[in-house]
Amino acid sequence: MTAFVSLADAIAEHVRDGQTVAMEGFTHLIPFAAGYEVIRQKRRKLTLVRMTPDLIYDQLIGMGCAERLVFSWGGNPGVGSLHRLRDAVEHGWPRPLELTEHSHAAMANAYAAGASGLPFAVLRGYVGSDLVDVNPDIATIRCPFTGERVAAVPALRPDVAIVHAQRADRAGNVLIEGIVGVQKETVLAAHRAIVTVEEIVDDLMAPSHNSVVLPSWTVDAIVEAPGGARPSYAHGYYRRDNAFYKNWDPISRDRDAFRAWMGDNVLGATAATHPAKA
Amino acid sequence: MTRTDYSPTEMMTVAAARALRHDDVCFVGIGAPSAACNLARLTLAPGITLLYESGTIATKPDVLPLSIGDGELCETAIATVPVAEMFNYWLQGGRITVGFLGAAQIDRFCNINTTVIGPYASPKVRLPGSGGAPEIANSCGQIFIMARHGSKVFVPTVDFVTSFGHGDGGDHRSRLGLRTEGPSLVVTDLCLMKPDPETKELAVVSIHEGVTRTDIEEHTGWTIRFADEVDDTPPPTSTELDVLRDLHARTARAHEATL
Repeated sequence: MTAFVSLADAIAEHVRDGQTVAMEGFTHLIPFAAGYEVIRQKRRKLTLVRMTPDLIYDQLIGMGCAERLVFSWGGNPGVGSLHRLRDAVEHGWPRPLELTEHSHAAMANAYAAGASGLPFAVLRGYVGSDLVDVNPDIATIRCPFTGERVAAVPALRPDVAIVHAQRADRAGNVLIEGIVGVQKETVLAAHRAIVTVEEIVDDLMAPSHNSVVLPSWTVDAIVEAPGGARPSYAHGYYRRDNAFYKNWDPISRDRDAFRAWMGDNVLGATAATHPAKA
Repeated sequence: MTRTDYSPTEMMTVAAARALRHDDVCFVGIGAPSAACNLARLTLAPGITLLYESGTIATKPDVLPLSIGDGELCETAIATVPVAEMFNYWLQGGRITVGFLGAAQIDRFCNINTTVIGPYASPKVRLPGSGGAPEIANSCGQIFIMARHGSKVFVPTVDFVTSFGHGDGGDHRSRLGLRTEGPSLVVTDLCLMKPDPETKELAVVSIHEGVTRTDIEEHTGWTIRFADEVDDTPPPTSTELDVLRDLHARTARAHEATL
């Protein structure tokens, strides 16, 4: 049963130290506001799951919230490295970060398997890749019907899924449109789900009978957080802030600059104030 | 009409674009491949179908995306599908003719590293990782690779095989059960290279204007082979350069505007 709550209350109630948390959104609709609140509430020892860690996990990792990262591509898109992620992996700062590293196809299928109630996913992939040697969560199995060899990865079943969406209606049904990524799979794979939305409306105004809608009974908490995906974007609401992504590079390269930025823009802020600039 | 006022990077992009055909269905990597694929669409291959791993099918961006999932890609696509569907039905299903990849390291058999420099457990440089590349390299009909030519990129042995090329060479792909061709072309800012039909070792097949064999040898980390017949890469035409520069100028303007 979904509840309309504040962001602070949603994180306080549903996200606990040591949990496995997936904040998804494939470049689009990245739940930054929720990530900032997790940082403010000082969650620790999280296993963070996300196909593309992006700035949101660079910040969580740099602030010491994560113990393990499950991912498939950890860069600043079109810009370069995620420097806080690199610093954690290369130098253990602010604490060591264990990696469970997959390909995109495997991550997407692992969420789909979780949503489907299956123990594992199969895919035609990883052939010849050294990822098989460094990730024990990649196996090769034989098709019981043809004998063909295919890759298998365990289903992802996060304790908590957090996604951002365009809007929810007052019954708590959620609409996601544009690049829909793996959010539906992530929400349905997780034990609990928090959805932040641009707005809560009387009529969902789904543009098609085939729109991606999460029914209210699949979501535990809905939070109205306008602008909550910035500096990523919300299709139909605001564009991706590419300048923010570029400006993040020098901030994140330097430990002190990073901490100062987080102090000024996140720790010293509230859920209602969302950093506009990097 | 050919021009002389172009950069090595522009030559690389133009040469890569020329390798694409109007009936290709191309899985596009971000960065240099994205520029080449869209240049192809705007010049010699207007019918080309471009797909990005964000799920955008047959997209026609007016400006180059900074990320793999900019809104521009969705707004100009005929359809945007979930990411799992993109990798399963479209890539794994065998619907893609060409995959276009970049590389941090590449060896003589086109094995690609985008994961780590140094040992995996204690890397000197932690690179972004695989993204969609391992399955792109497995499942696309063939693979084109773009990389700036340097001996730190073109290395004797990659530190990590993120995406399998031709393995140890020869029939290594088919021995692993792969039914796709794998890497068939490498485009750099100095030359074009193709795998030998039998050994699969890369050989230079075309050299860009103003580049010597010695330049290529000095910028390759192994003793690079040259094909029996090596062509001169035609320099960019005025049209190619104008279209590419317009594309980059539009892109720069769009990326500065944030709201």
